[in-house]
Amino acid sequence: MSLRVEEMAVHFGGVAALADVSFEVEAGRITSMIGPNGAGKTTAFNVITGFLRPLRGRVLYEGDPLTGLKPFQIAERGIVRTFQKTNVFPQTAVLDNVMIGLHLRERAGLAAILLRRRRVREEEATLAALAEEILAFVGLAHRRREPAGALPFGEQRLLELAIALAARPRLLLLDEPASGMNPAEKTAVMGLIRRIREQGVTVFLVEHDMRLVMGISDRVIVLHLGRVIAQGAPGEVQSDPQVISAYLGGR
Amino acid sequence: MEEFLQHILNGLILGGTYALLGIGLTLIFGIMNVVNFAHGEFYTLGAYTTFLFLALLETNFFLALLGAVASGILLGAICERLLLRPLLGESIDTTMLVMIGVWIAMQNAELTLWGGVAKSIDHPFPQPPLTLGPLSVAPLRLFVLGAAVLLIAGSHLLIHRTRLGRAMRATFQDRETAALMGVDIHRIHTVTFAFGSGLAAGAGALLGPVFVVYPAMGDPAALKAFVVVILGGLGNFAGATLGGLILGIAEELGAGYISSGYRDAVGFAIIILVLLLRPSGLFARAERVG
Amino acid sequence: MRRVGLGVLGALLLAAPFWVWNPYYVHILIMAGIFTILALSLNLLLGYTGQLSLGHAAFFGIGAYTSALLALRLDWPAWAGFVAAVLVAGLAGYGVGKVSLKLRGAYFVLVTISFAGVIYLVSVNWMELTNGPLGLPGVPPFEVAVAGLFELSFRSKPAFYYLVLGVAALAYLVCRRLVSSRIGRAFIALRENEALAESVGIDGTRYLVLAAVVSAAMAGAAGSLYAHYTRFVSPEVFLFTYTVTMVIMVVAGGKGTLAGPVVGAVLFTVLPEALREVTSWQWQMLLYGVLLILTVFFLPKGVVPALETWLRERRAIRP
Repeated sequence: MSLRVEEMAVHFGGVAALADVSFEVEAGRITSMIGPNGAGKTTAFNVITGFLRPLRGRVLYEGDPLTGLKPFQIAERGIVRTFQKTNVFPQTAVLDNVMIGLHLRERAGLAAILLRRRRVREEEATLAALAEEILAFVGLAHRRREPAGALPFGEQRLLELAIALAARPRLLLLDEPASGMNPAEKTAVMGLIRRIREQGVTVFLVEHDMRLVMGISDRVIVLHLGRVIAQGAPGEVQSDPQVISAYLGGR
Repeated sequence: MEEFLQHILNGLILGGTYALLGIGLTLIFGIMNVVNFAHGEFYTLGAYTTFLFLALLETNFFLALLGAVASGILLGAICERLLLRPLLGESIDTTMLVMIGVWIAMQNAELTLWGGVAKSIDHPFPQPPLTLGPLSVAPLRLFVLGAAVLLIAGSHLLIHRTRLGRAMRATFQDRETAALMGVDIHRIHTVTFAFGSGLAAGAGALLGPVFVVYPAMGDPAALKAFVVVILGGLGNFAGATLGGLILGIAEELGAGYISSGYRDAVGFAIIILVLLLRPSGLFARAERVG
Repeated sequence: MRRVGLGVLGALLLAAPFWVWNPYYVHILIMAGIFTILALSLNLLLGYTGQLSLGHAAFFGIGAYTSALLALRLDWPAWAGFVAAVLVAGLAGYGVGKVSLKLRGAYFVLVTISFAGVIYLVSVNWMELTNGPLGLPGVPPFEVAVAGLFELSFRSKPAFYYLVLGVAALAYLVCRRLVSSRIGRAFIALRENEALAESVGIDGTRYLVLAAVVSAAMAGAAGSLYAHYTRFVSPEVFLFTYTVTMVIMVVAGGKGTLAGPVVGAVLFTVLPEALREVTSWQWQMLLYGVLLILTVFFLPKGVVPALETWLRERRAIRP
């Protein structure tokens, strides 16, 4: 077991966005969280990654509590996320975007940098090569010099994925990785997510595209009005009457 | 005790005008998302316009005050149309840099126009102070307090009781939704900036006769306006009113009991302390994390 | 081509005291050098982390007063005063950064303004230490001496020019190495997208404080040089005018670039001197204000990036 959320509750101005939600994300597998708009999926992501403090409940990763840690501390523990709205470093070149993502792998200290010691230069070279590799992995090598903001939308989403991968996640949280993509790009992303899992990374994603979710997930968690209404294998969830009624707009 | 009460009274008189300054600045920030570093220059403008009306055009004192407020409104509107409207949607840093430019340009324009020598403004009020029990106060200062209270009350009515005020509040809540509901955002921005600048000019016109008028007088005034806004919470009208009074009293007490050399340090200290301890302002409810 | 150009520029700068005969022009070069250090220092914060310090003159002034007081009251040699000025200003930067960089944007601007305001009032009112508005005259010239071995005096203008040139080159080098490293990338990441930066493990507050320390220390170095050059320090070193000048140099030159602040500093030291003949000081300041507005409207990225784009396009057109 990798990530465990226990009785998490979040309120916005008195309205419950998440009401005592509990679930688990198993290591080495792809878990998806689905649910109608406003179900609280992104809120759950924000709590797990430290961007939002819950009213109640706790988050455990490999047995250690994450609650109260800041986002960068959670990243240091190997939990990296992407965002629902496209999120890159727009004025920075694509390759440098990935170099920023490599931040946690760098060791050079202030003094060494100012003296430009040899190992600093070597580290820079190693990391640049690594960044190139990651860019090639998501298929953006040909864009390396362009400013990230100039990329078409679908490629920006791929770049986000590259930045997150650079941070060497053991648990990767993807918030609607395929939103706004055309079918060909979606298929490419599905392939990438599978390959990421094959490298031993646990993937936890929020997505609206059912074809994608049902196609790649090992487990699916269904959130509705701030509560978990079903979880299990894709086939089980799809035939769950509660899930069907939630998606048809009933309560 | 009497000395203490006297400080409180003096503080209230200053605080009323600080509140005027703060209300203008907080509205401009809240509604337009512009950090107006030129705010103090509209205060200076008000003071110099009063001087111009009285000394050069030899009009009535009260007419001069009205003229000062009008000059603030007019120049504020021009400033918004010319410099801020084209930058709508740009980052807050961009407009901040522009307003810093306006600040420097206006202050030195005034210096060029009027020279660096401080000027005093004549007023029709009798000099000898009125005594109210143990307290004494110059009639002019009492008038300043009264006028400030009237302007604050008027602003409150404008914002809470008129259609225009409702549109301003809607823009403050959410610019895009307000626009969707048919609020003319451009107009609201022009009105807000003109209104805020008019209030600042009014404050300058009121305090000009109390102190003296000089080109750099806007700098401490702008600082005080920022203190007031920070005390009250950005965009908080009632907070700015209270914040103004608190600052006025704190300054008087600081100057009276600590050292008059550090009078202006009171403002700085308040900024630093409030921002560190309670960045959302004294009167805002705690914001949620995230 | 670029290397040749830089080489020529470097040679011209090194030889300046030999081809610039007029001591007044050497004086302008020295001031340009001091402002280059200041602009580089402000650019580290404003250009790379995106946080505007409007109290930067405070760090400059702290450096100047540290040097002056140590030399006058404790007879410290100038080089030791210089080191102390860098350290004390850096410490002040740490303090200001630590307490205020939890806040961003406009709040940070206000805290830095307030800090500069308080320091200014202290320098005016704490007569025993600072001699108040009268200032501290008679700061000794910059001399390095090891008893009986050697003595190096930067008393003359050309000699001081080399000292300033050296420190400015060092400041440039520090900036260059910093911004092309992981630390600089963290700065840029925080400027462009703080949430994303944090999500890949960048500790925002820590890096912003680091930027504030380095930036303040550099401003302190400039202040120390200024004190030993003008031989006089008064509360006017804290004047807002200095901060405004730095901001304009950085914004007009090109914030977030290495060459921008240098170009801006030289431009806005030479320009006012050239204008001094024709206009008064307040007209110059008025012009500064208007220039700042015009830059934001027409050269939002600054002179250096605009020039680079122009050169690239011209080269592209040529067959």
